[in-house]
Amino acid sequence: MDIQEYFSLVFTDYTLRTITLGTAILGAVTGMLGSFAVLRKQSLLGDAISHAALPGIAISFLITGAKDSNTLLLGALVSGLIGTFWIRGIITKTHLKSDTALGLILSLFFGFGMLLLTFIQKQPNANQAGLDKYLFGQAATLVESDVWMMAIVTGICLFVLLLFWKEFKILLFDKDYAKTLGFNSKAIDILITSFIVLAIVLGLQTVGVVLMSAMLLAPAAAARQWTNSLAKMVFLAALFGAFSGVFGTAISASQNNLSTGPVIVIVAAVFVLISFVFSPSRGLLFKQIRFIKNRRDLELHKTLAFMYHIAETHENISHPHEIKILNNFHGFTKGTLKKLVEKNYVTLQGSTWCLTNEGFKSASNLYNQLTQQDE
Amino acid sequence: MSSAQIEIQIIASLVAIACAIPGTFLVLRKMAMISDAISHSILPGIVVGFFITQDLNSPLLILLAALTGVITVVLVEYIQKTGLVKEDTAIGLVFPVLFSIGVIMIAKNANDIHLDIDAVLLGELAFAPFDRLLISGIDFGPKSLWIIGSILIITIALLLTFFKELKLSTFDKGLAASLGFSPVIIHYGLMTVSSITTVGAFDAVGAILVVALMIAPAAAAYLLTTDLKKMLILSIVFGVLSAISGYWFAHWLDASIAGSITTMLGLLFLIVYLFAPSKGVIAVIYREKQQRTEVSLLTFLLHLKNHDDENERHVNHLNEHINWQKVRSKTVLDLALKNNMIVIDKNIVSLTPKGDEFTTQAIDYIITNEDTQIEGMKDDFFLFRG
Repeated sequence: MDIQEYFSLVFTDYTLRTITLGTAILGAVTGMLGSFAVLRKQSLLGDAISHAALPGIAISFLITGAKDSNTLLLGALVSGLIGTFWIRGIITKTHLKSDTALGLILSLFFGFGMLLLTFIQKQPNANQAGLDKYLFGQAATLVESDVWMMAIVTGICLFVLLLFWKEFKILLFDKDYAKTLGFNSKAIDILITSFIVLAIVLGLQTVGVVLMSAMLLAPAAAARQWTNSLAKMVFLAALFGAFSGVFGTAISASQNNLSTGPVIVIVAAVFVLISFVFSPSRGLLFKQIRFIKNRRDLELHKTLAFMYHIAETHENISHPHEIKILNNFHGFTKGTLKKLVEKNYVTLQGSTWCLTNEGFKSASNLYNQLTQQDE
Repeated sequence: MSSAQIEIQIIASLVAIACAIPGTFLVLRKMAMISDAISHSILPGIVVGFFITQDLNSPLLILLAALTGVITVVLVEYIQKTGLVKEDTAIGLVFPVLFSIGVIMIAKNANDIHLDIDAVLLGELAFAPFDRLLISGIDFGPKSLWIIGSILIITIALLLTFFKELKLSTFDKGLAASLGFSPVIIHYGLMTVSSITTVGAFDAVGAILVVALMIAPAAAAYLLTTDLKKMLILSIVFGVLSAISGYWFAHWLDASIAGSITTMLGLLFLIVYLFAPSKGVIAVIYREKQQRTEVSLLTFLLHLKNHDDENERHVNHLNEHINWQKVRSKTVLDLALKNNMIVIDKNIVSLTPKGDEFTTQAIDYIITNEDTQIEGMKDDFFLFRG
């Protein structure tokens, strides 16, 4: 199946439609909440939570013996929340730093989860197969009820986000101010963290424990490059996330042997790469262009200032001088000289140059202008 | 115990020691999450190495994979330097992408490659004794024992040679640089050692357990001591302890050895986290409570000193004046009485000479902004702590 066939099938084929819709919704909700995680410098929290969710899945299977994905995800939610609050406990109560706390919870919970999974596999119970799909995710196992579940949770997230928009925003950018205004910053903090946990848990079935953190981060990191406004960033991140989901599903469906999770992650990474390079205000490409342009301007000014200092010593400012006395050290290149001529600051006569009145004037004002602009 | 069981335990212990040494420095340098990133992103290196060598235990594969680990670090630092995203986001972006590339490479070549992603993440220690090193037909023991053994020897040699440099650059980067030890070289040296250890250990115990073995023993040791040498020794002891107990736990439960070692590490950390003498959670909560009571006591004594009026010093009045709840005022009052700071005469509280002296000194310290001195003063005056 190639990509074209995929797009013609996506509206008719039940499985494809479900998976595409599921990954799109998942991308949107993780992108939306991921923006907050990225801005709160909690990027790696997602990684820790998604790993910490694994024992919850195993334990809820051990208790209920059912493989219903909603029950398992409830377990994941509980153990994800326990992990999150233990991380907090370690950071606030001991002198261990956040990176150690994250790494600890991540590896310890995951190891415990794997122990339970291998223990379950050895149980005499035919029902146990398929739990390991939560490791790397299997979008193919999504059914309509899962997608409905995702849609409902996304709706709730969106509603709460809009309801507490002001509080979230102020907590994000100025926590102390939020406190002095009388907002219960702890409660808001817990609310937003819980929603991040919820979004992660939601994606475990599709993308898996190991790669879930990228779903949270990549769309948000990409969106961050295009805007400085929170609302726009959240919207863009949701959009990027949804597109990564759709494109990732399309690519993995059109090839054999490609699991959806890793492909979605790579598509999201491509979005990040494009944003890093081509974003107009922050991107590396335009930054480099601006850098070169500034350097050229500076060199132009340097040459002009040098000419000015020479011209100053003569009574007639238009007294011709040899071009040879200009050198690289003064920022001189043929290009800068040409530009000065174009700007009508300098006229060339054979192998000599002389400053025009206009050039003299703007050179004498060069530093004044700069200081004026600074003020 | 069969010889295979002994070999497994020796391998697990060696891995624990090899991980604990770089782990201690990673924790101290606040770079614990880098080890997680490395452990995931070596996957493409392993896959490429496997294509070339067709042998999971070849030294070339280990070097290639370790190189991927170092590339991860370089990439993270490059992204961070652009200032487009924060450091933690940079880590979080780089390793899932590299890991995904590895997963896709395995999936696309599933027929030619006997590599299982589960095995990479988890390892299977139980099979380690079956892959033996045979040189001209003579059995020299399990291959992974030799690999992890050589890595451990190199790590220990490097640690002993560069201990001073490592210590200095960990705690005072500026001083290290000004004394002429390049922090960059030490940084990348540590990263290379961590990468090689991760790669060497992943085959036996899996990528996640490597992270656990690096961070958890060091974190637990850090809660117990502030001496670098003691911390190194403690984390090695913790690592080996949980490796061996984890093996027997797995044996009893018939489950993954790696998972069970991690669980043991988790239990160990939990115990230390709760009960560590001065930095454990219980000790911290107890100290916070004690300090709260003692601050209240000081406030109370200051109030007494400021007011001569009997009205102000009546027991019932204190409740409303300082706005404490009943239980709290009783604790504070009892503490003051036990320490001979006050006397209560017909429900009127007054300072004893000792209480007066304490309060005067405390005021001096507060006025001159030397509040920290009060802590030391408490040892001189208090018979009982809050």
